[in-house]
Amino acid sequence: MATVEVSFTPLPAHVRTARLVATAVARRSGVDESLLDEVRLAVGEACSRAVEAHRQYCPAEPIRVALTDDGERFEVVVTDSAPADVPIAPEMGGAPHVVDGVVQQLPAGVGLAVIAGLADDVRILPVSDGTSIAMSWKRRSL
Amino acid sequence: MDLKLGHYNKDGIEVVDVEGEIDVYTAPRLRELLIDLVNKKNYQLVVNMEKVEFLDSTGLGVLVGGLKRVRAHDGSLDLVCTQERILKIFRITGLTKVFGIHNSVDEAIAERKAEK
Repeated sequence: MATVEVSFTPLPAHVRTARLVATAVARRSGVDESLLDEVRLAVGEACSRAVEAHRQYCPAEPIRVALTDDGERFEVVVTDSAPADVPIAPEMGGAPHVVDGVVQQLPAGVGLAVIAGLADDVRILPVSDGTSIAMSWKRRSL
Repeated sequence: MDLKLGHYNKDGIEVVDVEGEIDVYTAPRLRELLIDLVNKKNYQLVVNMEKVEFLDSTGLGVLVGGLKRVRAHDGSLDLVCTQERILKIFRITGLTKVFGIHNSVDEAIAERKAEK
């Protein structure tokens, strides 16, 4: 059961808000203090990716973040509504942002690689109208 | 916290002080500063990240872009960072092998001078 759900318009400024909410809920759910920075960074990466996708394809649609505590694991699911079968943002293989001939963003997939390096478990799932990134961490024993 | 940027010249090397959070919202400001410094022919840069509280892959992309830009002029971009939470993302992405990462601005400048 989701303990907290957040939706926000796809603006870069709101990614920080999503990070803060995720960190606060993770702390309250009993995620170890040493993992909170990882939760914050992973959720930020997933939300940044979703914002880039929405800004390109569906800027009017909100991005959804669900934070769930099932007693053993803390899970965050970030769901976008952008087409899942086409390149969207640079993170997903689209054209990189180039200024004066210099590539300004990292190669495709770095954001997802960072998430995979931070979360205990990551699942990237196509949903009916977009993509979900589900990340989870073990709770500490209470 | 938002992003605060400053810069000064020390021993011929431009030091960029960064404070706050570097993410998809704030990274464009850092990118603009680095581009502006390079356009003004500052090709030896040290980015001091000791007061950075958050860095994501967007911020990494800006730093890599800055590095490529100064290297096009045979320049350098070194980092100052001792915070484990920030160093972790450099390790995950393998960028510890790309950037010179130092413990202090003085150390970064001294090593850069020694390499000349």
